[in-house]
Parts: sequence; C-alpha cells; structure tokens
Amino acid sequence: MQKKHFGFLGILVLAAVLSGCGLKQKGEVLNAVGSSALQPLVESAGEEFNKKYPDVYVNVQGGGSGTGLAQIQAGAVDIGNSDLYAEEKSGIDPKKIIGTKVAVVGITPIVNKGVKVKSLTLKQLRDIFLGKITNWKEVGGQDLPIVLLNRAQGSGTRVAFEQLVLNGQQPLNAQEQDSSGMVRKIIASTEGSISYLAFSYLNDTVKTLELSGFEPTQKNVTTNAWPLWSYEHMYTSKKPTAMTKKFMKYMMTSEVQDKIVTKMKYIAIKDMKVTRSIDGKVSLIKQSSK
Amino acid sequence: MHDEIRESMLKKSKAAKRELFGKIISGLAILLIIAIVASIFIFVASKGIATFTTDKINLWDFLSKTVWNLSVKGANGQPEVGALAMIVGSFVVTFLAAILATPFAIAAAIFMTEISKKTGRKILQPVIELLVGIPSVVYGFIGLTVVVPMVKAVFGGTGFGILAGTFVLFVMILPTVTSMTVDALNSIPSDYRSASLALGATRWQTIYKVVLRAAMPGILTAVVFGMARAFGEALAVQMVIGNAIIMPNSLVTPAATLTSVLTMGMGNSVMGTLSNNALWSLGLLLLLMSLLFNVVIRKIAKKGGKF
Repeated sequence: MQKKHFGFLGILVLAAVLSGCGLKQKGEVLNAVGSSALQPLVESAGEEFNKKYPDVYVNVQGGGSGTGLAQIQAGAVDIGNSDLYAEEKSGIDPKKIIGTKVAVVGITPIVNKGVKVKSLTLKQLRDIFLGKITNWKEVGGQDLPIVLLNRAQGSGTRVAFEQLVLNGQQPLNAQEQDSSGMVRKIIASTEGSISYLAFSYLNDTVKTLELSGFEPTQKNVTTNAWPLWSYEHMYTSKKPTAMTKKFMKYMMTSEVQDKIVTKMKYIAIKDMKVTRSIDGKVSLIKQSSK
Repeated sequence: MHDEIRESMLKKSKAAKRELFGKIISGLAILLIIAIVASIFIFVASKGIATFTTDKINLWDFLSKTVWNLSVKGANGQPEVGALAMIVGSFVVTFLAAILATPFAIAAAIFMTEISKKTGRKILQPVIELLVGIPSVVYGFIGLTVVVPMVKAVFGGTGFGILAGTFVLFVMILPTVTSMTVDALNSIPSDYRSASLALGATRWQTIYKVVLRAAMPGILTAVVFGMARAFGEALAVQMVIGNAIIMPNSLVTPAATLTSVLTMGMGNSVMGTLSNNALWSLGLLLLLMSLLFNVVIRKIAKKGGKF
C-alpha cells in the first residue's frame, strides 16, 4: 500500500517536472482557434514562423468561426480565425476585438463525378439549393435526382454561400455535415449529390462546376468573375501580446502572401482587383501599380 | 489503578481513529460527487431554460414544431426553434435499435446460461466484454465505411438515415443488453429449473415458461439500460444519420437526433446567444430523458423485488 502510494506520487512528480521542462523548452505558445477554411493556411504560416522564431510555437485549432470569435472575445486565445466579419455574428461585440483580412478564399459548388452537368448559372444554383430544381435533367444533365448536402448551420462557408448565392435565404432543409472533409467524402460517393467547398479543400475525387461559363480559379476570383468568395479574418484582442503582433505582421509579409497563400489555393488580398464591403457591395479597386 | 483501563476504554483506539479518517474521506468523496452532479444539473438547466426565459421562445413551440432555423426569423418574428424532428429521430433510432437488439441479446444470453455454459463462459463472455469496450467513434467509423454504403446498395437513398443509425446502435447496445440479460438469467435460482424439469417439462419449456418469466424484470432493465445508452450516443450516430433536421418520413432518408444536432452546432455558436442557448435546451432535454430512463430502471427493479 505504502509502496504503491510512493510510486504514484513519483509519477506525479515526474510528470510535473517533465511538463515544466517542456514548457520551458517550448517558450511561448500562440493559440489560434476557429474557421476550418482558414486553418490550413495559418498552420503552414505557423510552421514557417516557427523556423524563424524557434521558441514560438503556433498552435492552430479548428472548431468553427463561431468558436474563433467567441474565444477571442473571451480572451481565451491569442487569435480567433473567422470566415465572417465579427459584425455578422450575433453575440460578438466587434468593438472588443481587432480584425485583419489575411486572405480571400474561393468557394465552389462541387458535384459527384457522375453528374453530367458542366456549367450552371447563379440562378440555377440558387434554385437547386432552394429546392425549386430537383432533377439534373432540368439543367441539362441526365435524369437523376439532385441530392443536396449542406454544411452545419452557422458554419462560415455556409453563411458565405447563403449570402452570395441564396441572397440570405436558408437552403432547403437537407443533409448537413460539420466538416469540409466529410462533405467532400460524401459527395465523392453519393450519386447526383451537390454541395459547396472552399478551394483549399478541393481534390480530384469531386467535380467542380463552372458558373456562367467561368471556372473556379484563383484568377477569376480576383476579378469577381467568380463571385463566390469570402474574406478570411484573423481577430486579436485590443491589446495583443508582442508575439501575437509579430505573427500577425508576419502573416502579411510577402513570404506568406506570395508563397504560402497562393500555394494553398487561397488568394492574397493585394491580388484582388475588387473589394467587397460588409453589406455585399463589390467595387473595383483603382489600379496604381502593375 | 482502575484508571488505566478506564482511560484506555475511553480513549479512541488506533483502529477507531482510522475508521473515522476513512469515514471522513469517503464522506468528502460523496459530497464532491453530489456537488459535481448538482452543479452540472444547475448549469445545464439554467442555460437550457434561458431559451424560454431570455429569448422568449414558447416551450410548446420548442416541443411541437419541426423547423429548426436559429439564424432566420420566422413568421412570428422569432427564430424558429422547433425540436420535434430531432426528438422523434432520437426516439425512433433508440426504439428500433432496442427492438432489433433484444431478441438477439435474449437468445445469446439463453445460449450462454442455459444451453452451453462452458462455451458461454470461455468464449462468448470475453467477446461480449470486448465489444462493450470498443469506443463509439470506432463504431461510427465502421458505420460510415461499411453500413452506409451497404444500406445505400440494398435499400436505396444516400445510405445516410435512421436505418444506418439503427444498425450502428444495434451493434453498440447488443453487448450491454446481452451481458445484463446473462446476469439476470444467472440470478434465477437453479431450484426453479430443477423443479420444472422434475415436473416433466422439457428444457425449452423450462427456459420459456420458467426461467424467462422469472428473469423478466432483469431483462427489461437490461433493455432500458441499452435504450438509455442508445439515446445518449452522439458521435457514432452523427456520423451515419445524415443530420437533416426534417421530420423522418422514411428509414433511408437523412434525419437527425438531439445528440447529432448538439455536436454539429457547438462549434458554430457563441455563448449567450439564442443559437447557443437552444443547444443547451437540447442538452437539458437529453439530461431529463436519461433521468427518466433511470427512474424507469429503478421502478422495474423494485417491481422485480416482489417476485
């Protein structure tokens, strides 16, 4: 009995000592939480940042835009990632936090590979998700019922899709999945299915659709020829730590913006030839250089 | 002279002190557990009730309407918070899984206790105990990769839906129900069997008319216990049911359960807002249901005592 106690205590002490050492070695940890659409970008930027500052470790977690905004507002993390403006999320006080647009992400409709439709208009896409079009033959495909797949309510990608395609209406009540990876997997295996995905999650198991003849490319997003895109925001508190500031600055350097952002299928803010205001108005940026 | 004995009688012995020490430790442990249970209950209840007090959602609408749309205002100027579709979804998968699992569990238990005790103890018991220990996410993963495509191939649809959820839950609760049924059958005194056989009953008649009848309360407890587990299961169900908040009208179209909506929505809502409070209300509902299951189990056990 006594011996057992000592063994247990010993383990506890050892654990405490080890974890203490671990912390000391790691130095500072930056916690970033939120949007899963932005997660891959922040992760790779964090890895590069770690090479420059070996004593700083950037810990990136998903959890959704809502989580990101809520956690940064509560001061529980250093950075909150979000697909939405803080103003768009109820329960968030935008005055308490500072947002930076770090990139743009394109969103594209994806369908099962067996669907024989190549291109849709924005209106057709809207009617499909509102349930007015229920068979692929109505839009020039084969006779096959359309199977809708949505992201979870409140998900950043879904909110963006609702605003840009459905004019703020709710899509037809249908199957929902809470992660982009699951959506891709189900679309790949379900005949006649359609959903939407951020560019950064695309691979060749699913088929993308053209929208009024334009392909979902990064270049088409910059000119708004491909209208389905949203800003990716990183929010910090009003008084971020020095290291958080440094990392936010690093996100905007050409090292990240020119290399990582483009490589991971996002679009750099400075490449955008248009801006979109928070209420959805798109306007051309006056070209100064290039 | 007498004092020494008197003193030693009055003074607490070492053993008595130890007993007191033990009593205090176990008392504190119980207090801690009670405090944790109470605070969880109070926390969930206060959050869950906020939907109806702070956000002024009608309780009856919550229980009887089927539209779950937290971000858009409905016809009456309030977000639509109707949980009926999920409540029905939860109950349907639970009951179907229990109905499917019970005969298998009883048959397996009879085999293990009445027909082949040796094989039962040596092979089936460890297998069932192993099944109980498999984490639910593994069941969900198997469900997603095996059950969903199978349901799609055999019954049509997308494969996601109540049927797939039922199959996964069936496998999940089968070991629980079986091992509890085994316990119930084992607790029947062997005199019953001897007496029945002495009266000239066959083995089947003994099992059917005597053992099963006598073990009925225990078997019912096992089934309700399995149902409680099925009702509260979140991850595995969420992976295969499709998560469409629609009143289920077929077994092979996507549906939703209280737990699946809860896990799906958590990351996308902000503490203190309606969409968060509404999820807490679902949590409260789940808590009350598990309370109800507990009460039912206790009632059955009590009735069983009278046999």
